[in-house]
Amino acid sequence: MSPASGSLPRYIAVRLLLVLPMMWVLLTMVFLLLRVAPGDPVTAAVGDKLGPEELAARRAALGLDRPLVVQYLEYLGDVARFDFGATISDRRPVLDIIANQGGATLTLTLGAFLFACAIGIPLGRLAGRRRDSALDAGIRLVGVVSYAAPIFWVGIMLVGLVVAYVPGWPTFGIADSETLYYVPDRTGILLLDALLANDGVSLVDILQHHVLPCFTLGLLLSGVIIRLVRINVIRALDEDYVEAARARGIPERRVVRRHAFRNALVPVITVIGLQFALTLSGAILTERTFNWPGLGNELVTYVTARDYVAVQGLVTFFALAIVVVSVLVDILNALVDPRVRY
Amino acid sequence: MSTPAHRRRTGGRVRATARRAWRTEGLARWILLVGLVVTTVFVLFALFAPWIAPYGFDQNSSDGVRFPKTSGPGPGHLLGTNDQFYDIFSRVVWGARTAVLVVVLSVVLSAVIGVLLGLVSGYLGGWFDRITVFLMDALYSFPSLLLAIVFSFMLRERIGGSILAAALSLTAIYIPQYFRVVRNTTVAARQATYVEAAEALGARPITVMRRYLLPNVTSSVPVIGTLNAADALGTLAALGFLGLGIPPNEAADWGYDLSRALDDVAAGDLGPALWPGLAIILLVTALTLVGEGLSETLNPTLRRPRRTAVVLPARPEEAP
Repeated sequence: MSPASGSLPRYIAVRLLLVLPMMWVLLTMVFLLLRVAPGDPVTAAVGDKLGPEELAARRAALGLDRPLVVQYLEYLGDVARFDFGATISDRRPVLDIIANQGGATLTLTLGAFLFACAIGIPLGRLAGRRRDSALDAGIRLVGVVSYAAPIFWVGIMLVGLVVAYVPGWPTFGIADSETLYYVPDRTGILLLDALLANDGVSLVDILQHHVLPCFTLGLLLSGVIIRLVRINVIRALDEDYVEAARARGIPERRVVRRHAFRNALVPVITVIGLQFALTLSGAILTERTFNWPGLGNELVTYVTARDYVAVQGLVTFFALAIVVVSVLVDILNALVDPRVRY
Repeated sequence: MSTPAHRRRTGGRVRATARRAWRTEGLARWILLVGLVVTTVFVLFALFAPWIAPYGFDQNSSDGVRFPKTSGPGPGHLLGTNDQFYDIFSRVVWGARTAVLVVVLSVVLSAVIGVLLGLVSGYLGGWFDRITVFLMDALYSFPSLLLAIVFSFMLRERIGGSILAAALSLTAIYIPQYFRVVRNTTVAARQATYVEAAEALGARPITVMRRYLLPNVTSSVPVIGTLNAADALGTLAALGFLGLGIPPNEAADWGYDLSRALDDVAAGDLGPALWPGLAIILLVTALTLVGEGLSETLNPTLRRPRRTAVVLPARPEEAP
């Protein structure tokens, strides 16, 4: 435990250096899966629409007639310049798709986190405080079922309930067509655009559209948070400092609130970051359920259209996002918890 | 040698596990029992689907009379029909067969590959170990649904959408979990005295791995397997929902039926979405319960053995 090896800047530097090999491995995997394994991408996507010469021209334009090693190096070079290629089927640059559709995915997941915390933290705290009671068992059961229930089924059922009991509440899409028409596109994030345009009516409409999808995705994530907060509150309540607080005659409610609960929240921050993979999977399904114009929806559309370049570009982007988020989480973790800096 | 020694040991271990599960007390026992009962019901559905389901999974008429479109429950159709004129109850029963087939195939495949890779990697060590660990970590850091989408996308081009393709798309997702556990236990067990003894006696690496290491490093595989089965079922349903699973005329797929039900629900009819979804939830929950129950039963630090009353012989001086 020399001071040098435990220092924060050193830890962050090492962690950042590890980013490159990690990205390289993920990118190589994506390339192997999507470029080497399948047959001919151009034929798969537009083979039934174009003649053989046009197909060959398209193949040459994409560089698919060159040796795989050259293609691999080109792919790595392109990604380093943030060039994810252009789709085969409708010739859209993948970067445009990310810029236009990424905002919807971002607001969906952020909204979902808000709901997940609003549901998960109080319930987890309650379950931890009343450990092994009927209430605890019930809350844990909710956690198990929220994991077992397919998120798209939960979404479908919620749509059914809303259609039946709240007629007129929006259930599909990110906004009404008028809103989409009137709000000028500045940031690629519709919610932010409406705010910038100072358009109250549109803002309310967009927020209303967010409620159902964000709540659905939030329910999925809340299961994880319930479990984590519960176990942390239980552990914290066993600690000596909590015992000491009790011994000083501080009422139990206050002990839980001021002493146990606060410390139980620290690991939650980082675990939420680690749930990025779950969030991404959940977002793809939520977007499909609610016809949400985000990246997950785009990905599935291009998979169905058998457009390799589009799928490869989007999956590459997701891989990069995974690496970046995992690094950010590790650094945040090190800032919060000194024991991490080994 | 008629039965190989390791085969006999495996049989004995299964029996020992069953005995321990039966003797466990409290919540863990009930969790395991409830999970097993529900899972068994679904497995029976899967095995006897042709006899339980009144109609075939892609049957939309009987005796020349076409079934009604999206009708509610009624005579002839216990749970009604969906928008493709299929009988919902029959689709749910046949869906159990698809689910059980795909999940068993993918879990067995990934367990076999993961355990073998982990064993070899952990025992041999060196650069092979380092590369495999690195690759497995990369695979593990990828969201499982995204991997399944990519794999089903590739396999569709090669072998088309089928039960086998669905199972293979799920296989790769779960290999890293077995690999990690088995590799780490192998690395620890490699230093054990019994392995050293076997090596000193001149046992070949393959013998050491098969006879000495394999039985000792696979104790947590059943727990991982059942929990993965639950997860695989959810991922299969998700693939079906996204339209990347099994086509409706090849097999009944609960996830696919749910994607078809989306429009009905928007029109205010919950029926076609309710039952396939409930089937998924029940089976996933049951498998999770079995996994949790197994892990508490197998883990000696968590296990609470059932106390059986001991009848002491009466003391001589108390006897009349």
